[in-house]
Amino acid sequence: MAVAVAVVKARYLLTATLCVLLHQNVAAGDAWESNRGLFIVSYESALQPIEINRIHNWQLHIANAGGDPVTSADVEVVGGMPLHNHGLPTRPLVTEELGDGNYRLEGMRFHMAGDWELTITIVADGKTDVVIVTLAL
Amino acid sequence: MKRFLLVLAMVGVIVAGWLYRPLAPEPWTDSDIEILQSLWIGNLGPVPPDPSNVVADDPRAADFGRRLLFDGRLSASGALAGLACAQPERRFTDGLQKGQAIGTARRNTPSIVGVAYSPWMYWDGRRDSQWSQALSPIEDANEHGTDRWHVVRVISEDPSYNETYKKLFGDLPDLADEEAVNAAFSNIGKSIAAFERTILPSPSPFDDYVAAVVANDVASQKELFSDDEVVGLQLFVGKANCTQCHNGPLLTNHEFHNTGVISFPGEVPDKGRVIGVREVKNNIFNCDGPYSDDLGRNCAELEFARTGPELIGAFRTPSLRNLENTAPFMHKGQIASLIEVLQHYNQAPLAMIGHNEAKQLGLRDSELRQLEAFLHTLSAPLTADQQRRL
Repeated sequence: MAVAVAVVKARYLLTATLCVLLHQNVAAGDAWESNRGLFIVSYESALQPIEINRIHNWQLHIANAGGDPVTSADVEVVGGMPLHNHGLPTRPLVTEELGDGNYRLEGMRFHMAGDWELTITIVADGKTDVVIVTLAL
Repeated sequence: MKRFLLVLAMVGVIVAGWLYRPLAPEPWTDSDIEILQSLWIGNLGPVPPDPSNVVADDPRAADFGRRLLFDGRLSASGALAGLACAQPERRFTDGLQKGQAIGTARRNTPSIVGVAYSPWMYWDGRRDSQWSQALSPIEDANEHGTDRWHVVRVISEDPSYNETYKKLFGDLPDLADEEAVNAAFSNIGKSIAAFERTILPSPSPFDDYVAAVVANDVASQKELFSDDEVVGLQLFVGKANCTQCHNGPLLTNHEFHNTGVISFPGEVPDKGRVIGVREVKNNIFNCDGPYSDDLGRNCAELEFARTGPELIGAFRTPSLRNLENTAPFMHKGQIASLIEVLQHYNQAPLAMIGHNEAKQLGLRDSELRQLEAFLHTLSAPLTADQQRRL
């Protein structure tokens, strides 16, 4: 029992430390692997914390499985709330490649609190893969 | 035997009464209080700037716009003012199923209170600013039934209007120069919008109650809200799912949803937003158009507006503030009373076109009545300042 508690505590401490290291924001520090394992995607929202009903931009970071930045990728983002069977209220677009695997994503807006799912399709070097990013608002 | 049946019937009545008794309030939790604060008028914030309208916050333009809005000469009949539809005592709606002017409008007249906070105007969002919206009724054959040339002529023939216009925008255009007439017409809309931006909601009993909850002032809470109103509010932020769309201090997400509202018999179902988004993108008076004052073209809402099958039959979520003055309800005024609106959401019928996003709620009649009791607490009288300015 004592061992189990110690393990939980150690995990908690590790997560807490990581959160502090990664901009004190779990979402901004999280990374999502694509379905076939080709890409790793993370994001940072210009609106912190993310609020509903406010249009804002994100910056996506795309890396390959080895962690190197992916450049010249075509990126498409669609999203929605699976529980409500509806999409995002906007049609966000990647408008600029910023270099070093970073891409500007404009037109993000969420109009309800709850669980959202973004489907990010990435085409780079002739290879396509899809990343599902989840967030709870 | 008779006595047994009588006892059985009495027990039945007692059990049924217990089952359908109105629920008693639960204590507010910290997360509930956070939701309540997100709906509180004190968190509304200042009216967002409208860079597409250079006179948006100019009091001289607002005064000019107010005079224009009340002026019947801007209609073809010479007698219909903009406020025929937007009656102050009805929170700037008209109490009719569909707006009535020269003819019958396509839809129910929405309120203009607090609309400055919305990126979209009308039930289908076919305009993206208050100034471009203000221009539409003037040229709608069923509303004012006139045109931009007539409006410019009215301004030029009235010495007082003429002088005010010149001070704000410079000389009136030559009527033969269509682009210049468009620019002058947009200036009229921008003045009306400058006035409309000042029409904002006032604090309601609900807002006072939230303040009392936040302050943990139990005596004031009891004075402000009955038990039914408290339970209604708990349902509103809880299992009735209302805050999925009716969120924020205006109790709207300004977005478009299909909630399965049935058309009038014999009427073709209204496609709503799916047509509205096409119209706003093509409107010359939109944020990205030649008559917008936003030189930086910060038109993210318009640029990233989406379309798609799920917007078929979708309409803009209306604010719930001052509901009791704004009946009948829904985009064509199909539902006469608030309790029927709640029954509609409780049943969540299949949509005639598209799909109904709402799910059945399974609320009891007593709960619907409690929700209704709460909704009445969102009404506030016009402030003295609002009355003075009208």
